[in-house]
Amino acid sequence: MSSHGIRDRVAIVGMGCTPFGEHWTRSADDLLIDAVGEAVTSAGITLDDIDAYWFGTQASGVSGLTLSRALHLPHKPVTRVENMCATGSEALRNACYAVASGAYDMAMAVGVEKLKDSGMSGLSGTVIPGAGDDSRGEITAPANFSLLAPAYAAKYGLAQDELKDVITRIAWKNHVNGARNPRAQFRKEVPPERIRSAPIVAGMLGVFDCSGVSDGSAAAIVVRAEDAHKYTDRPVYVKALSFVAGPADGLLDPAYDFTTFPEVVASAREAYRQAGITDPRAELALAEVHDCFTPTELVLMEDLGFSERGQAWQDVTSGVFDLDGPLPVNPDGGLKAFGHPIGASGLRMMFEAWLQLRGEAPPERTVRSVAEGRSLALTHNLGGGPGECVSFVSVVGSELTD
Amino acid sequence: MAGLIAYGAYVPYHRLARTDVAAVLGTGAGKGTRAVAGYDEDTTSMAVEAARGALARDGLRPRIGQLFLATAAPAYLDKTNATAVHAALGLDEHVLAADMAGSVRSGLAALVTAARSPVATLTVLSDLRTGLPGGGDEVAGGDGAAAFVFGGHRNGAPVLAELLAHDTVSDEILDRWRLPGAPASRVWEERFAEEIYVSLADKALSGALEQAGLEREAIDHFVVSGLHARACASVRRTAGVAPEAVTPDLTGTIGNAGTAQPGLLLADVLDRARPGETIALVVLGDGAGVLLLRTTDALPAHRGARPVAAQIAAGGAPMPYATYLSWRGLLDREPPRRPDPEPPCAPPAHRRSGWKYGFVASRCEKCGARHLPPDRVCTSCRSVDAMTAEPMEQVRGTVATFTVDRLAHTPSPPMLVVVVDYDDGGRFRCQLTDATEADAVIGARVEMTFRRTVTAAGVHNYFWKARPVRAGGTGEARG
Repeated sequence: MSSHGIRDRVAIVGMGCTPFGEHWTRSADDLLIDAVGEAVTSAGITLDDIDAYWFGTQASGVSGLTLSRALHLPHKPVTRVENMCATGSEALRNACYAVASGAYDMAMAVGVEKLKDSGMSGLSGTVIPGAGDDSRGEITAPANFSLLAPAYAAKYGLAQDELKDVITRIAWKNHVNGARNPRAQFRKEVPPERIRSAPIVAGMLGVFDCSGVSDGSAAAIVVRAEDAHKYTDRPVYVKALSFVAGPADGLLDPAYDFTTFPEVVASAREAYRQAGITDPRAELALAEVHDCFTPTELVLMEDLGFSERGQAWQDVTSGVFDLDGPLPVNPDGGLKAFGHPIGASGLRMMFEAWLQLRGEAPPERTVRSVAEGRSLALTHNLGGGPGECVSFVSVVGSELTD
Repeated sequence: MAGLIAYGAYVPYHRLARTDVAAVLGTGAGKGTRAVAGYDEDTTSMAVEAARGALARDGLRPRIGQLFLATAAPAYLDKTNATAVHAALGLDEHVLAADMAGSVRSGLAALVTAARSPVATLTVLSDLRTGLPGGGDEVAGGDGAAAFVFGGHRNGAPVLAELLAHDTVSDEILDRWRLPGAPASRVWEERFAEEIYVSLADKALSGALEQAGLEREAIDHFVVSGLHARACASVRRTAGVAPEAVTPDLTGTIGNAGTAQPGLLLADVLDRARPGETIALVVLGDGAGVLLLRTTDALPAHRGARPVAAQIAAGGAPMPYATYLSWRGLLDREPPRRPDPEPPCAPPAHRRSGWKYGFVASRCEKCGARHLPPDRVCTSCRSVDAMTAEPMEQVRGTVATFTVDRLAHTPSPPMLVVVVDYDDGGRFRCQLTDATEADAVIGARVEMTFRRTVTAAGVHNYFWKARPVRAGGTGEARG
């Protein structure tokens, strides 16, 4: 088996991201037109310059026509991709490979999702077709991820109350960050006691333990690394792109203990190998991770190698991942505060890496680590749930490796 | 001699206190409780549970030659309901499965048909009694099921009770009726039918006793069943049977389960009868019928897996009347803001019926890993098509982790969900039923039960759920 990676072969030279939130007056078309427009403007190009598109949406459209019709693209290749909540990242990964292969000079990845038109709460468009005999039964996304909480508490000897404090702090931290982000869905800090006492949705999770249900779009323009400076002085180089679909045996195999995502461990290991990272907590300037629900972020800190096994809850409590901590996680507010329009989220994470590594994030939420010399950012996307998921990890950087 | 070779009963876990109905509606207070089928139960699922109890003994299932399901509350019309029971029990495809549905008297018909059948016959009596809020049928009714296997020496199984004789009389009488689709029965003035039933019961009892060459004093257990409570009481009082032989009718604790009542009462007697005793089962309804049975020495060693009395004792605390009304569809509650549940698709439900109805998993022949649902590719060693079918309905498990889903569609929110690790391997995530949030904890012991998970677009979705293992009650399975 050999996975070669494409470190420093391609660069992102333009990005766009709409505000995420309840866009009652705007359609999926409106949102993607805005995100694409912002990306094109930031790269100083026109749509005529783009050779091919990878378009990600989970439930807001099918086929490449969803994008080409909205933009009235003249006979360009548009590939629609879908990989659950990692859809936006999957669009970017494919666009990068298309350019790295030499097939195209310039590719665009676009992600969009319109969740708020359904009138339903939660991810209504994400019903996963099962075997069709309906023996799986419906379980909602918060319930699915809440399965992590009692298992983690039991394994590491935490009382339910102690774990509730830990996940409350994760929500609080991400709301603090989102409050400093004009594009975020939720822009208010929320006191911990309000998070803790919010109505319970599933298991230990209250409404503030869940990501925002929102509409939004984001886009990225990818070129060969050697062409990057034609478009920008501050390109963001792709160091690693790693994606795995797990064997989906966690709900079949008693060996799986619901305190980890093996898919994340595998995709992170591969990404670190491609990027040449040995100590992610010390080397990364920031990480944007898939905090769909607060226990997910807790477990991810261990799976991504930011914390030792069984230690993430202490690192969360001591502020390691705060905006001013040693490794800021989700400085843009994360899925929790920025919102989670499925197909757009992976590209939204990349947008934050883009802003931070280029020094363009607003001062009130700029991470210190970039000024202190770190130049790498990680994005992580996850789709599915404990026991059955897909995972994406990217590493990008503002400097070429020597 | 032909006779009864197995039996089982099912009393649902839930209870409704009659005083609660009175308190809510401002009507006169009744006494005691009635059994209530769960929101996820119907006459088909309860029939499966009763039949599982009857067939708990090894080697019985392959002996069954035909299956009859009797109910006045069939889950489907046109479509046979007994075939779902047949599928859940994993009976051979050549076993006839048919409904005797629509009237309460179908329970008697199924018993008599089974008793005089030349092939080993599984007959299941199942009923879910309801009525309009505050009505007599609502508080007097009960839900439950009972299953009996009649066979005999030709079948090679020990006979627990010999069939001495039976007799039936039929009479067209308008004492109770219900138009299809109506929520409740209507009854004629009670005294009209009372005397008629006393006379009909006497005829049937005399006929059966005469065939058996017995006198009424020979009856050790006199079981009288029927929806006409006054007539039943009169028959018990005036039939000339010793008062100490008259058995309690259980209506104080579980109510009158209609079609299933004679079955539940007979099962209860068989749970306690000694060898060599004579049982007379009288069933009133559109006539009368009598079965005369004599218990054998084999009975004590082969009683039903779950005694009726133990199931009554293991019932849950009385549920709120409002919950009962919403489970019965008489109180239409606000659904969650989620897409409506989808019905199962017919082709996958058919091609996977071994799993969906039978809960049959697979085990890898190469490495031993167990798979729920059955897989073609092993999760552990990736072998392809090297699997052996493995029935899981009797296998217990332990909760690995759990959640309480307050958003999911369920007729009884919140939905309890557990990840179950089965004894001797295998894992499955499913709902936990007949339980409260306190029962959903890591390490809890659970067993499987056949339920109707949801009805969507007019299709009942049947599948298995976990329920807590409860000492002495429905959780205890012998054999």
